[in-house]
Amino acid sequence: MHASAQQAPSETDSTPAPGAVSLAGVSKTFGDFTAVEALDLDVKPGEFLSMLGPSGSGKTTVLRMIAGFENVTSGSIHLSGVDVTQVPPHARQVNTVFQDYALFPHFTIAENVGYGLRVAGVSRAERATQVGVALEQVRLSAVADRLPHQLSGGQRQRIALARALILRPQVLLLDEPLGALDKQLREEMQIELKQIQREVGITFIFVTHDQEEALTLSDRVAVFNNGRVEQVGTAREVYEFPATEFVAKFLGLSNLIPAELSADGVQSSVRPERVRLLTADTAASAGTVSLLGTVSETVYTGPTTRFLVDTESGVRVIAERANDHHPSAESAFGRGDRVRVEWTTDHASQIG
Amino acid sequence: MNRRAQLSALLALPMLWLIGIYIFSLVMLLVTAFWVTDPFTSKVKPGFTLRNFEQIIANPAYASTSLRTLGIALAVTVLSILISVPLGIFMAKVASPKLRAILAVAITLPLWAGYLVKILAMRITFTEEGFFNSMLGPLGISGPGFSIVTVVLTLTYLWLPYMAVPVYTAIRQLPPNLFDASSDLGAGAGFTIRTVVLPLIRPAIIAGSIFTFSLSLGDYIAAKFVGGSTQMIGSIIASNINLNPPIAAAFSLVPIAFVVIYLVSVQRTGALERM
Repeated sequence: MHASAQQAPSETDSTPAPGAVSLAGVSKTFGDFTAVEALDLDVKPGEFLSMLGPSGSGKTTVLRMIAGFENVTSGSIHLSGVDVTQVPPHARQVNTVFQDYALFPHFTIAENVGYGLRVAGVSRAERATQVGVALEQVRLSAVADRLPHQLSGGQRQRIALARALILRPQVLLLDEPLGALDKQLREEMQIELKQIQREVGITFIFVTHDQEEALTLSDRVAVFNNGRVEQVGTAREVYEFPATEFVAKFLGLSNLIPAELSADGVQSSVRPERVRLLTADTAASAGTVSLLGTVSETVYTGPTTRFLVDTESGVRVIAERANDHHPSAESAFGRGDRVRVEWTTDHASQIG
Repeated sequence: MNRRAQLSALLALPMLWLIGIYIFSLVMLLVTAFWVTDPFTSKVKPGFTLRNFEQIIANPAYASTSLRTLGIALAVTVLSILISVPLGIFMAKVASPKLRAILAVAITLPLWAGYLVKILAMRITFTEEGFFNSMLGPLGISGPGFSIVTVVLTLTYLWLPYMAVPVYTAIRQLPPNLFDASSDLGAGAGFTIRTVVLPLIRPAIIAGSIFTFSLSLGDYIAAKFVGGSTQMIGSIIASNINLNPPIAAAFSLVPIAFVVIYLVSVQRTGALERM
């Protein structure tokens, strides 16, 4: 199943809202290669939407088409209810934070941040004031006179953000903006991004291949694969109820349960932490899928322990338990123990 | 062999070349400029006189020729920049890979033909009954004929590759997302070229200009074959080579001085370190 438009384009036409982005039947081909295929996607004003997918899944191409750097092969793009399909990038009310920041190497930080205002013909004095405010917002007033190469990756990242936000766009596009940062800095920047988005209240469209990042930051996640959107939904929806096998596998660990073992006779996906691990002599509960098996491996991951259970039905099921007790979960069962694994049917997601 | 001997073996030929041929000949040129010519026998005698330089300064023809040559060299350089920058942007950013390859060959083509062949080609193009006039004649326009304008055009034709190639290479090496970023921030193509492209490719333009400027300063064949009565520094040096070598040598120092002044002023901008 592929996600389809949640709204017909004609409806968005009649209700223009600043910051709404609507893609209808958008395709992009490069020669014989189809990068994006008949994509329908509606982003609500003020929403934080992540486009999540592996590299080559078309998410960056979609972002570039919204920015105007790439022409669409077919279909249309509306920004705030206005058809911008043929509008060049410099005339679109969107700004972009680029993957490797794309700061102008010959301009100082202040000149970089003020570039958009300079293009717009804002006076030097007014520019200086606004740049000062923007640099303060990202806590980098001290580096105003330096050149980009004198800054660290995290600082450059924040400057790129300030440069894009100073024009008060209706939509901010972010192309894997945290990809080049190390893990700790990434997590700091994620929190900062979320705060900034709440402050400015504009639409953020965020491209990432990091599922955790997408889940923690976004109001909604669009999962891309092979130029198509597999599913759009809240973090909870796409994680707990993946619509396709791809979504189930791409967003963390998943148990794929064949149709004959599922409650409703359709292939389903169950997250490991939804699988209960019981002693073999426990009776099966009502409203569950319950299987007997043997623990073949235990994996300690820090906050949790994973148990790999080979069930009698021939399916290997992963059960994950939080290490929140002492003695922790890892000591509850060992290799070779006979166990019962079961999950409530509500926690199984049918996948097509 | 020890390291020192190895190093000597490695550097023997280049050092011989550099000191024996290269530096020595330049020093001789400098020295000769102070020698004297016997007016009766036309023999050059070693000595020390500033007469050659006095003659150059006193004779207005030398001064005007120097200025004319400087003007020609600057005009060739400016024209080369005006052609190379838009061409480089088109090739790097707009043209299809196939068209780009064709243009790259077209730009470097003049380098493959002999020098005189190219001068002859320009002569045929601009001659009285030549291509230029016969095409434009019916429109009531006549070409520049053999004049200083044709000299500038011919020298630009000769030296354009030295500007176009580095400029194109520099534009290709600019990160593509700088163009995207500029346009994303609202800038049209002209603004982006002025504020982003030109400052970033300045080292390439300067590198190219050193060639177009100094090669033009030293030329005299173009002036001779397509310049009509146009005289350049080289024309005067050429005519004095046999008659009065010290004058020729003294006058040779003028273009060298121009180039040195140019290099020093360019060096102040910091562009040479990045070449």
